[in-house]
Amino acid sequence: MSNTRLKPLFTLLFLIGIIFHLKAESPSTSNNSDELYNPVPAIMHHISDSHEWHLWGEGEGSVSIPLPVILYTAGSLDIFMSSAFHHGKSNVKIEDREYSLDSHGHIFETSGLHPIDFSITKNVASMFLALIVMLLLFVLTGLKSKRNFGAPTGLASFIEPLVLFVRDDIIKPNIGSNYKKYLPYLLTLFFFILINNLLGLLPGAANVTGNIAITLVLSFITLIVTNISGNKSYWSHIFKPPGVPLALMPIMIPIEIVGIFTKPFALMIRLFANISAGHIIILSLISLIFMAQSGLGNAGAFGVAPVSVLFVLFMYLIEVLVAFLQAYIFTLLTSLFIGLATVEHH
Amino acid sequence: MEITGIAAIGAGLAAIGAGIGIGKIGGSALEAMARQPEHSGMIQTNMIIAAALVEGVALFGVVVALLQG
Repeated sequence: MSNTRLKPLFTLLFLIGIIFHLKAESPSTSNNSDELYNPVPAIMHHISDSHEWHLWGEGEGSVSIPLPVILYTAGSLDIFMSSAFHHGKSNVKIEDREYSLDSHGHIFETSGLHPIDFSITKNVASMFLALIVMLLLFVLTGLKSKRNFGAPTGLASFIEPLVLFVRDDIIKPNIGSNYKKYLPYLLTLFFFILINNLLGLLPGAANVTGNIAITLVLSFITLIVTNISGNKSYWSHIFKPPGVPLALMPIMIPIEIVGIFTKPFALMIRLFANISAGHIIILSLISLIFMAQSGLGNAGAFGVAPVSVLFVLFMYLIEVLVAFLQAYIFTLLTSLFIGLATVEHH
Repeated sequence: MEITGIAAIGAGLAAIGAGIGIGKIGGSALEAMARQPEHSGMIQTNMIIAAALVEGVALFGVVVALLQG
């Protein structure tokens, strides 16, 4: 009984906490009532890659984990921590090379040399984290299921149904009888995307699968696997489409060749845009509180905060679903493309 | 400012297109599943594939709007 009475009180305390937190975080916006809070730079900062793992705070008082910067400039390798930049305020000098960090997070050389950036950025660090999680999950499960031939127990009873679902419901129906060759790649793909999607949803985490470079690499591997495993009928459908009049060949063949690349291209855009859009929507809904505060004062923030928090919770749960769905769709479409390239015509 | 507004309208149009497309797919899939519940697993898979393809095209629009805005 007392528990249900206390619930609204706790909700209120939580909201007050949020209001005071945002008040502490954006003192500059409340001073100038003419200028509305612009959420775009903060949102872009959150979804983009960077040389440090930002945790909380702004400017001088911000707390972030420095990450190693690895640069290859004109034949020499320069390694230092990103904290040496002091958030872009100071340059780093190594021998006769001086590096500077611009506001977009790009490193350039002041005398005009072009450094090649191999840094362990936030996304790379987050991927290492995902690799550790994957290794722990699957090495432990693998060792366990090698010894134990009965029903799976513990961790294996969580992983085994997932693996069987991917194998029996995604890969087998789409590829057909010779699916075993593609199992390692497709299972890795599914769990890599899934774990990175879920890690990206944690507060303060990186936006790995919402980075177009990472989805580009994933879809490029799909392109290679699909075309290497393509059989005679796959290539003859591209260069000699059956049942097409000769006059249409100059149109059909270029379209088919473009079709090889559009399928992985769509995969790349789909994963990138879905995950980025999810992050942007959640951050925009949180930004509504800041915008209400800068426009209407603290009363406005109090009014908007409950609505905003409810919508954020709703979107967050949708994003958990999307994290699974996008891993499912990427694996499903990859196995579908492989299946179409290897299908035997009788 | 003008260009930002136009990008937002473009993103909205892309969302309308995806809404119509995915709505039709979902409606037809539900009808098919109601008629033949024994094939609902297969219908569901194909529904998700078709929805993903529609959504992919809509997301092209959203990405272009994002780059412009």
